[in-house]
Amino acid sequence: MSSVSESRRDLRLSGLHKRYSNGFTAVKSLDLVIPQGSFFALLGPSGCGKTTTLRMVAGLEEVTAGSIKIGDQDITSEKPFRRPVNTVFQNYALFPHLTIAENIEFGPKRRGVKESAAQVKEILELTELTEQAGKKPAQLSGGQQQRVALARALINRPEVLLLDEPLGALDLKLRRSMQGELKRIQEEVGLTFVHVTHDQEEAMTMADTVAVMNQGEIEQLGSPYELYTNPQTTFVANFLGRSNLIKGTVIGREGSGADAVVKVDMHGTVISIKQDRVHTVSKEGWIGIRPEKLLIQPEGTSLADPGNHFSSAVVVGASYLGVSTEYVLKMPWGQELMCFEQNRGVRGGIVELGTKVDVSWRQEYVFLLDSSQDAQAGREEE
Amino acid sequence: MHRVGNWIGKHLMITLGILVLIYMYIPNFVVALMSFNDSSGSRNLYQFQAFTWDNWLNPCAPNGMCESLKVSVEIALVATIVATILGTLASFALVRHRFEGRSTMNLLIFLPMATPEIVMGSSLLALFVAAGMGGSLGFVTILIAHILFCLSFVVVTVRTRLAGLDSNLEKAAMDLYANEWQTFWRITFPLVFPGILAAALLAFSLSFDDFIITNLNSGTTVTFPMFVWGSAQRGIPMQVNVIGTAMFLISLVIVAAGEIGARRRAKMLANR
Repeated sequence: MSSVSESRRDLRLSGLHKRYSNGFTAVKSLDLVIPQGSFFALLGPSGCGKTTTLRMVAGLEEVTAGSIKIGDQDITSEKPFRRPVNTVFQNYALFPHLTIAENIEFGPKRRGVKESAAQVKEILELTELTEQAGKKPAQLSGGQQQRVALARALINRPEVLLLDEPLGALDLKLRRSMQGELKRIQEEVGLTFVHVTHDQEEAMTMADTVAVMNQGEIEQLGSPYELYTNPQTTFVANFLGRSNLIKGTVIGREGSGADAVVKVDMHGTVISIKQDRVHTVSKEGWIGIRPEKLLIQPEGTSLADPGNHFSSAVVVGASYLGVSTEYVLKMPWGQELMCFEQNRGVRGGIVELGTKVDVSWRQEYVFLLDSSQDAQAGREEE
Repeated sequence: MHRVGNWIGKHLMITLGILVLIYMYIPNFVVALMSFNDSSGSRNLYQFQAFTWDNWLNPCAPNGMCESLKVSVEIALVATIVATILGTLASFALVRHRFEGRSTMNLLIFLPMATPEIVMGSSLLALFVAAGMGGSLGFVTILIAHILFCLSFVVVTVRTRLAGLDSNLEKAAMDLYANEWQTFWRITFPLVFPGILAAALLAFSLSFDDFIITNLNSGTTVTFPMFVWGSAQRGIPMQVNVIGTAMFLISLVIVAAGEIGARRRAKMLANR
């Protein structure tokens, strides 16, 4: 029984707290369990404490309070070179005076590994760097340097690999291909990857579990699917994709157990929201709906979709993006909502500005958030 | 006309560059040339008379010259070693550690460089006399003075190099299982070494040719610059040019060797 729990080498952060000497609190009592072998992303805007958290795990930043454990081993105050943890640094931090092979061999040499040459050869092949082995870091391209940084960490087979914005310095195309590459390598070696990023698409593409961080705290943790379809705070709703947030008043509850729903009055229309998608206990709330879940149909034509219907909305903006069109709809109560529509060619063209449209959505996509939260939180500055 | 303009336009930079280099190195050429001058039987010591190997074959012929050279080299070596070690340590403290009075310290270290030598020399003399060393001025007092003024130059040189070093490199080394000692010797030191070497060379040449401060604090000890100055009243022996040329060649070799050595060292450290 106990052997089972001991064999699992999960990364456990308990009450992890970081306060700098200037009084700034970067991380507030963080509790987090990262399962062994998972690809975990810490997602958040710059300054949210995600890099500080990573550096505390690596031992490069002192912990103010709390503990860091891998399995049952407490590494909170262990020196960085005694932790079974390696880091891929944001700007790679390759040693400029050493060749690629020497950079990669640095870790094994320090640990006194005898057959390090064979390991280097193997990892150079895995990361397709064999031909670059004798070169200096400055002679390589950004993408190659990134792979060296990865190889240099991976060769040590750490229990936890920390990646600090590893793709931040690459251009979009290279970033896309490296995302796939990283995911492939993680699956191949089966190590725990903790990936810090501010890029929500990157986090969603690669990670099994994403923790959204804001101002030193975790706002929500879950699979990319859970986070996107059922955000619990306005920050998550806006930071991960985009959301329409509409004021509503709770008028009652119905049913019980899995079928329990909360009835909300939204500008005269009553909407039923499943209990597990309701994240407030107050009377007022933000009704959230993702822009692509909004369906529109010019007035007078039939709407086949079941769900909530609203009439008399007006198209006040339309941006054609090729695969999709982004509409801005002015609702009867004056609020503007975003609506994304795939250009499947059903309508034979985009809806003209000024057109009156009917709007509908399926109730199961709606979520309810606490009205005390800022509806603009986590939204990109425009 | 147009073509001439074109040619100048194309080659202006290189022409100017060469002219500046010639300007900088003409004194060295003259010194090298004069080291082969046969000045015997001539009154004008500053004119090339005839070619001879004599000066190179008997460099210590002038009375007291080689003794003064020995004193200068000894002082320069010791001053360089002490100033480089102290200065390097000070640079690390100034760049890497945040402490109360750090900016004041930075300024205070820089200040001696801006002090006129004659002022520093005379105040040092006053200090030595006040400390009761007035009767024993010589090797030790010269050495103390030289270490003092070399220190600022070492700190400024090493500090620049160290400040340009990405501290993430050391963090990466620690992350890759290098302890503090290994991190310093395999990453920090090889990367800062060119700066330390440059500082040491600078310190050596500053100490070797210092005249003003040395003259004030030397007592009866005679250094090489003092010997040259003294003999200039009567006519400089041609062997001085031999020493000058030799010094120039030696520093060339040291710079080249330093460059090659730094590269090799980096490799060796990594492979150890």
